[in-house]
Amino acid sequence: MNPGTIKQILLITDGCSNQGEDPIAMAALAKEQGITVNVIGVMEHDTIDEKGMKEIEGIAMSGGGVSQVVYAQKLSQTVQMVTRKAMTQTLQGVVNKELRQILGDSKSVEDLPPEQRGEVMEVVDELGETVNLDVLILVDTSASMKNKLPTVKEALLDLSLSLNARSGNNQFGVFVFPGKKKDVEKLLDWTPQLESLTSIFPKLTTGGITPTGPAIREACAYFKKKRSLRSLLSRDDEQYFEESM
Amino acid sequence: MMMNSTLKNLCKVSPGTIIEGKWHHHRYTILKELGFGANGIVYLAQFHNQKVALKMSDNGMSITSEVNVLKSFAKVQGSSLGPSLVDVDDWVQRNHTVSFYVMEYIDGPDLLTFIQQKGNGWTEVLVLQLLSDLHTLHKQGWVFGDLKPENLIVMGPPPRIRCIDVGGTTMQGRAIKEFTEFYDRGYWGLGSRKADPTYDLFAVGMIMMNMAYPKRFNKTTGGLNQLRGMIQQKSELKKYEGIILNALQGNYQSAKQMRMDMIQGIGSQTKSVVSPSPQQRIRAHVKTQRYTPKTPQKRKGGWFETTLLVTIVSVLYFLYIFGI
Repeated sequence: MNPGTIKQILLITDGCSNQGEDPIAMAALAKEQGITVNVIGVMEHDTIDEKGMKEIEGIAMSGGGVSQVVYAQKLSQTVQMVTRKAMTQTLQGVVNKELRQILGDSKSVEDLPPEQRGEVMEVVDELGETVNLDVLILVDTSASMKNKLPTVKEALLDLSLSLNARSGNNQFGVFVFPGKKKDVEKLLDWTPQLESLTSIFPKLTTGGITPTGPAIREACAYFKKKRSLRSLLSRDDEQYFEESM
Repeated sequence: MMMNSTLKNLCKVSPGTIIEGKWHHHRYTILKELGFGANGIVYLAQFHNQKVALKMSDNGMSITSEVNVLKSFAKVQGSSLGPSLVDVDDWVQRNHTVSFYVMEYIDGPDLLTFIQQKGNGWTEVLVLQLLSDLHTLHKQGWVFGDLKPENLIVMGPPPRIRCIDVGGTTMQGRAIKEFTEFYDRGYWGLGSRKADPTYDLFAVGMIMMNMAYPKRFNKTTGGLNQLRGMIQQKSELKKYEGIILNALQGNYQSAKQMRMDMIQGIGSQTKSVVSPSPQQRIRAHVKTQRYTPKTPQKRKGGWFETTLLVTIVSVLYFLYIFGI
């Protein structure tokens, strides 16, 4: 099996969107393009209301990803766990699809006797170690996020530490919403290291509306841009994993 | 948080429930919940006449992954790495399936509770036991990963430390699967999350710290300086300062090496360990400490021999004189 590239959007927010397209629909759109959307809801002294919770779960569900709501102290551990969990899910989907081709339509890993699952798991583990991963991080910078931003920065540095321990390549991009002039603003272009965030993050200004939907749309478009740029640079066709749950 | 609650709903079973496997048809009676982690709940269960531990998860892949590790441990003869595996199966419940595996039930308090009950005197024994288990595990090409007091149970009597929960156990060279921040060298800014033996040894160092600070402590500046400061504030840690610092800096190439240092350190605890500078100096120091007691002993023996010889010669001389 050719380890292609897994594409993920990681949305870090603390509440409901209030501007632009429905983020749940946008997440579904991302999934259609083979991009998984994961959401982390971060709380500090406040809590996320029911409406916010519903939206967070909804985005992850329609985006084929994982969601979790945590207190800021737990953010680092959660960010890396959610990313890895979603990655394994995608890979399992890929492996399941291959199995179906071999074993017939109704079969999946769960239908194998426990003794044979072990070998399949080995394949998933191996892929998880070697596959390339592109993560576009979307950070909510509306007013209520102000105090949480230093923790978010720590968590993102920690994420790059975790993922860079793998042998596969990683690319990270960081967007914030709302941006200064537009709904979304690019903070960091595709890079394997997130260290440069240390100098950029403290300068961020917070405030304004929460255009989660438009942010997800922009993020998807950015994956496409990257793809076309790459195909200009190198002729080899990047293989992307199709979401197959 | 949310994941745990959904997980709990899926795998929540009340005492008395009978779990029957879909493939092997063994029946287990649930007795009580033992605990739950990131990817599953562990129950105490009755199987024929023995008590077993049964781990359930809605994520079948994580169960499979842990079973793979336990199977590989089982190949090591006479080892006590992790609990031994009894059975793997699925439980069909209404219309969804939950994967589970059954293992040896390791009964006893966790490491910190044990030390609190029995006193600091057990620290060395248990750390030495842990290090020899880790050495075997590393030789098999694994790294334990999520090493922490909650995952260490002291069986007995006689007390014997055992690792439970192999959820974080990772093949060497890969990225650590699961970890807990306080025991993770990446969190403290002291290394990568690539699985190698030094990753586990860092955690052993932090576990030793944890014994002196049962409530742990928060990261402030992070890095070696904060940790060194925390060691120096506790007398029970100061005597291991050199060893802990070596472990935290990844200076020990193997668990065996760290174990040797601990053993050599035991005889010389009354003397204070040198200031925290390079590892070689510490080792050299420990070595001289080890050899010092031997020299006076030899000299004592020498004096004794001389006295004995002189006495025998004089006795013979007196006998000779009296004989005449």
